Amino acid sequence: MSAALSVWVSGIGLWAPGASTWDAFRDVVSGGAPAGASERPVADVLPPNERRRAPESVLLAAAAAGQAVRMSGRDAATLPCVFASAHGDQVITDYMCQTLATAPLELSPTKFHNSVHNAPAGYWTIATHCHASSSAVSGGEQAFGAGLLEAASLAVADDRDVLLASYDIAGSGPLGAMTSTTGPFAVAMVLSPRAGGAATRLDITPERGNVGAEPIGDPWLDGLVASNPAAHSVPLMHALALMRPTALRVPAARGLDLHIDIGVVA
Amino acid sequence: MPHPMPPLAIRAYTATSALGRGLQAHADALAASRGGLAPNDFSFAPLACWIGRVAGVEDAPLPPELAEWDCRNNRLAWMALQQDGFADAVRATRERYGAHRVAVLLGTSTASIGATEEGYRRLDNGNMPADLHRPVLHTPHSLAGFVAAAFELEGPCLTVATACSSSAKVFANAERMIRLGLIDAAVVGGTDTLCDSVLFGFNSLELVSPEPCRPFDARRNGISIGEAAGFAIVERIAGVADAPLLIGYGEASDAHHMSTPHPEGLGAELALRDALERAGIEPADVDYINLHGTASQKNDEVEAALVARTFPASTRASSTKGFTGHTLGAAGILEAAITLLAMRDGRVPANLGATQPDPLCGPQMAWHEESKPIRIALSNSFGFGGNNACLAFAHAEHAA
Repeated sequence: MSAALSVWVSGIGLWAPGASTWDAFRDVVSGGAPAGASERPVADVLPPNERRRAPESVLLAAAAAGQAVRMSGRDAATLPCVFASAHGDQVITDYMCQTLATAPLELSPTKFHNSVHNAPAGYWTIATHCHASSSAVSGGEQAFGAGLLEAASLAVADDRDVLLASYDIAGSGPLGAMTSTTGPFAVAMVLSPRAGGAATRLDITPERGNVGAEPIGDPWLDGLVASNPAAHSVPLMHALALMRPTALRVPAARGLDLHIDIGVVA
Repeated sequence: MPHPMPPLAIRAYTATSALGRGLQAHADALAASRGGLAPNDFSFAPLACWIGRVAGVEDAPLPPELAEWDCRNNRLAWMALQQDGFADAVRATRERYGAHRVAVLLGTSTASIGATEEGYRRLDNGNMPADLHRPVLHTPHSLAGFVAAAFELEGPCLTVATACSSSAKVFANAERMIRLGLIDAAVVGGTDTLCDSVLFGFNSLELVSPEPCRPFDARRNGISIGEAAGFAIVERIAGVADAPLLIGYGEASDAHHMSTPHPEGLGAELALRDALERAGIEPADVDYINLHGTASQKNDEVEAALVARTFPASTRASSTKGFTGHTLGAAGILEAAITLLAMRDGRVPANLGATQPDPLCGPQMAWHEESKPIRIALSNSFGFGGNNACLAFAHAEHAA
């Protein structure tokens, strides 16, 4: 059966507690290096003044996105982008709901405009002078798979490279108890509709049902998966780090998985 | 990418807003130039402004089997889905293609955050109260999750949350997935309901008018916030007779500022050009444009100039936010429905609320209601973060 969508992975970025770059993650996965201490995401694509005032969700998404674009060698200004997150900036939502319950007229205008789900897409396009389309999506707990399907569709449909960034920050306050997101995580990929020197290809086909994730067998990696919706990407990232042809399923909606064949180009 | 793109059929559509429930309520209000704004009686603390509130949402709980999803936003969505035979059309679409071949692609800016706000107002020992201990509500995906669950649809299910362009962009998501053969049809649309987050949030940015909004008026002084829900079923044209068509869409980013549009409307113009190119049409082919026209100083200034420099006077243009208020993440689908109604009835809606035209406006502006055959129409939706979308629709005959 031929895949519904084939895209090449031209760049990868990642931030996890204990591995603040894709290279660090790969060293842990394939080289047996221990996961390190958590480091602040380095969102060096953002100008310094924006970096100071940007909320955590923006820093996290921009850190992973910046790594992926750098590895791809593409100009970020030319890349349509899809930012996927289950819950957006939960710290700001927690602040907003607390403030609205007590002193609504004191709501901070900066926090309000940073609260929109497309804040990372907005900051990113401003910082990179990107006039291409930008989107901010959610798919609940399946936000990574939903975002991957959207980004791959856009790459193939419009025949151009697309940036996907998937992130969630840790929950806080009464909202945090509802979202069960216990740690931050972000991943990003530049997806290309043709090979162009990329080392790996993803053949993606939607399939009915959710088979559920099999444990990877590594406590650190399995802990990441359990901590954050964006970390549903970890089995895929694990496979990409090992550079071995394999197949796996990523949930993209309730009742829908993406079957992904990972092909390694010689 | 094909230019022009293969048109898609809009098999069914519906909208519910401050103008009423369903298409006929909207057509009647537009024909009579009768708006739906009223003094704010919604926010938890007083705020002097006007709002576009949908009557009766608080008295319309979800059916018991969907009670887990019950909140104002999903109630409004459910109310809208019951109009114009839309729910039956969704079920027929599922029967026709199979549950996994129909996507749910919905836009919202705040989803059911009103329920989260309510939980914080009556915390139980610092925790969400038991009756709101429902994780499906406290996420931006609440709306799309609800609609997929209510109709047992198992295709791709995506929330687009790009502020005020959200429920316009979903048409683009649907077109891509249909063209690539991932799905056969999509339920697109969106819902946003009034909540303190947006009322006090836009108030904090000093963007809310104390009066009913006056789009493109020289003395305009801000937006009026409204709520709305709207939906459409999009599929290939084969087998769908006499349906209006989606013929193009455009998406682009300002790359300028988080809460202020690009001063020359760069992203808006790129989105417009993208839509015209995908539709294979020229500006002179456009009979009507439903403008974003929020009545904020900057949006209207930029959009008026864009229309004035791009289109001939035969292209008529108006903002309908004076009727409904700015329904934020639902504005894309509400105004798409209004645009399709304008096309159906051959009536250009008035630019309600403006009495002293901004001199920046060109001769395209329809200050009052006009009768005119509309074969091709555009709808603009521009959002926070410089996120711009433009949709292009055509009368059914365009496909012939």
